[in-house]
Order: sequence, then structure tokens, then C-alpha cells
Amino acid sequence: MKVTIVDYNSGNISSVINSFKEVAKDKVNIEVTADLNKIKSSDKVVLPGQGSFKSCVEALNKINGLTEALNEFAINNKKPLLGICVGLQMFADIGYEETETKGLGWISGKVSKIDNQNGKYKLPHIGWNQINIVKKSKVFENIENNSHMYFVHSYEFLPNDKNVISATTDYSTNIVCSVEKENIFGTQFHPEKSDKLGLKIIDNFINI
Amino acid sequence: MLKNRIIPCLDVKNGRVVKGINFVDLKDAGDPVEQAKIYSDGGADEICFLDITASNENRDTIYDVVERTSKKCFVPLTVGGGVRSIDDINKLLNCGADKVSINTAAVENPKVVLESSKKFGSQCIVVAIDAKKNGDKWEIFTHGGRNNSGLDALEYAKKMEDSGAGELLVTSMDRDGTQIGYDVELMNNISSNVNIPLIASGGVGNLDHLVDGIKLGNASAVLAASIFHYGKHSVKEAKEYLDSKGIPVRI
Repeated sequence: MKVTIVDYNSGNISSVINSFKEVAKDKVNIEVTADLNKIKSSDKVVLPGQGSFKSCVEALNKINGLTEALNEFAINNKKPLLGICVGLQMFADIGYEETETKGLGWISGKVSKIDNQNGKYKLPHIGWNQINIVKKSKVFENIENNSHMYFVHSYEFLPNDKNVISATTDYSTNIVCSVEKENIFGTQFHPEKSDKLGLKIIDNFINI
Repeated sequence: MLKNRIIPCLDVKNGRVVKGINFVDLKDAGDPVEQAKIYSDGGADEICFLDITASNENRDTIYDVVERTSKKCFVPLTVGGGVRSIDDINKLLNCGADKVSINTAAVENPKVVLESSKKFGSQCIVVAIDAKKNGDKWEIFTHGGRNNSGLDALEYAKKMEDSGAGELLVTSMDRDGTQIGYDVELMNNISSNVNIPLIASGGVGNLDHLVDGIKLGNASAVLAASIFHYGKHSVKEAKEYLDSKGIPVRI
């Protein structure tokens, strides 16, 4: 099996690479690339994302044919794809960080700033928070409800269809922190930084 | 509910731990990777390395340490000490650091905070503030506490938030190394004045000090070094103690 982590200059992805390699050991081949053919021929794809929604979308668009290759992989061929943090956020139609930016439009909805209730809640939302699993998801196999995961973000994904939500976390409001729509998976938290339980989620994704 | 974080900090010099855990059987007690692994296995919410390497020719040792640690520890890793430029930040992140803390460089050239947070995202830019009380205000010190910049700590903290810092790591120079507790007045003053999380540092001598840092200092996270070394307390004990005092922690 081949799992590709998309390297599109979206910031620091070394932790994502390390965690996948730790889980994969020698069983699975982990590729880190933006090569379109390699992406298309993968069994699974991981779309990380750090920085702003705008900077990630721009970085994606800078690589000729990348968005089309990802569309072909996830939408036409319906192969498993995992978006992490801004990688998840980019599934949306539109994001409002820095300026209005079009997303991939895979899961209808928008990405807006977390309501900090006039400074009552500090932003970014940084640290360990519990996830409330609201829907059975393949990536949560053997993950208990209320498990702690590591978060760092100031913006949240607001999907139109609530049925795609697989987990939420409580910070100011019930923030969507995991989605699953057919073959498309996403976590707002960082499984690669969430210790053993995070590695379990990565393992679950690899084993889908 | 978001949990308050406990962050053990290790001082690293020429790639070796200066003070550290010496109560367990370690193959190599001076290896930062082994020590970091013990902390993360013990429930540390993040790990912090402070590189205190003095000579320039040994500066590269930290990159090897970070690279090896990030392959063993799967909790966030912050690295600080001697971070001067975008290039330094880039190198540390590429080696596997999740966050970089900037101290002196942020005072001398605030643009480095603005530029790095734009380039890498605020989530990985921590501004380290060393403050010392002078009359009724606190002033910012640089170069490991040797130089007084004369800058007002509260104003500076606000400016760093506006420049794109994702977190502030605030150390009281009056308390650092004293083990008499955080300067909670300083922490609370800064924390109330900014909307980004504050990590309290400097002066922890017992577990009640951690409680005070959060309850009185309004800190989101507490950093400590010596109480976790020499077997005085484990991270697990610290978390259980905080939990018993009604502070939300990840157990």
C-alpha cells in the first residue's frame, strides 16, 4: 500500500511525516510529494495544512494540476483522503481568514473565525481538548468518546450538512473537529501531535 | 473543555541536557531525546527545549537533537534559545520542531515575529518575554537576562500579539531559579491584557506554584524545569495535584 502526504509548501509537515512513518513501520510505503502521477496512483492521500486558509489554498494552486489531481483522487475515484487542520478546512466552499478565499468545495460550508465572546476565550484555541464523537467513523475505531486531542487553530469549519460531522469539541461553541463524508476524512485537531491516541487515528486511517 | 497544559523544559547545551532527570536508569542521562521521551510518556502536554549553547560552532547540535526527538515524541515540541532569523526558524521546523520561541531577536527586530508568523503561521511562533520588576512596572530583558531593553512588558506583550505571536512564554527574571513561585502579578497583568494564551515560567518550587500560575496568574500553560528533574515530582503527580485542586488537566 502507498500513502502519499501531499507536500505543497503549506508550512511545517515534518511532524505529520514522522507520525505516519512511525505508524507505518515497514508495512506501508509513505511518500511525501506533490508529484501528480504519484498522488493519482496512491491508495490513500493525506492533505496537511498549516498557516492561513488563504496561504494554503494559494500554495495548492501554485502547483499546476494539483487541485485537479486531488479532485480526481477524492471525488472521481473516491479513494480515502485525510485532511488535517487547514487541510480539513480547505474542504469547504469558502474561507474568511485574511480575505475571502475559495476552497476545494468538497464539503459544502464555510470557515470562519471562532467566536471568542469578546475576549472570554483566548485565540488560537491551543492545547488538549476532549472530542465528543457524534457519529461512528472509521478513523475513531477503538478511540473512546471524550479522548483528548491536540488543537491549534483560530478558525472553524461550519459545514452546511450536519450529517458529515463525526466529532465536536467544546471551546466557546461546539466546534466541528472531525468530519467524514464517504471517502473524505478530516480532523481539525492534530493526530500527529496527539500522542498514542493520535497515532491510533493515523493507524485507523491507514487501515481503512 | 480545554485543559491547562504542563510543559517540562529541558536546558540543552552542545546537544546535551544540562540539568535533567537523574532518578531513573537511563542509558544516557545526558541525551535530551531520552529525557523528552520520559516526559511525554509520563503525560507531559508539550516538551520545551531551551538551547543554551554559547559558542556558534556548536549551534548545529540542536538540529540533530530536535530531529531525533521528533521521531520519538508525538506531543508538541517547542524549541527556543538563539533563534535569530527566519532561516533559523525554518531549519528548526524542518527538523521537526512544532513551535519556535523567539526572545532577544523579537526585541531587537520585531519584524522577525511579523514575517515568521506570516510565513509559517502564528501557531508555531511563541514570543519569549523575560521581564523584571522595576518600581511599579516590568521591563523586558534580553540576552538571557543580561541586558535591560527598558521596554514596558505589558506594552511589549500587546505589540507581540499584534505582530502575530501565537503564544507568549513569560519568565519572571526576579523569580527564575528561586523556587519561590511564579510572579503571578506579572502573569495576570500580561494575560489580562492580551487575547493569546500565556505560558508562565520562572520560579516553580512546588506543585502549589503550578496551581497559582493558573489560578492567580491566569496562565493557559505552566512551564517548569527543576521540579521535574531530580525526581522531586513527576509530571503525573503534578497533573493529579492540579486535578485535585479543580484545574482541568489531561489525565
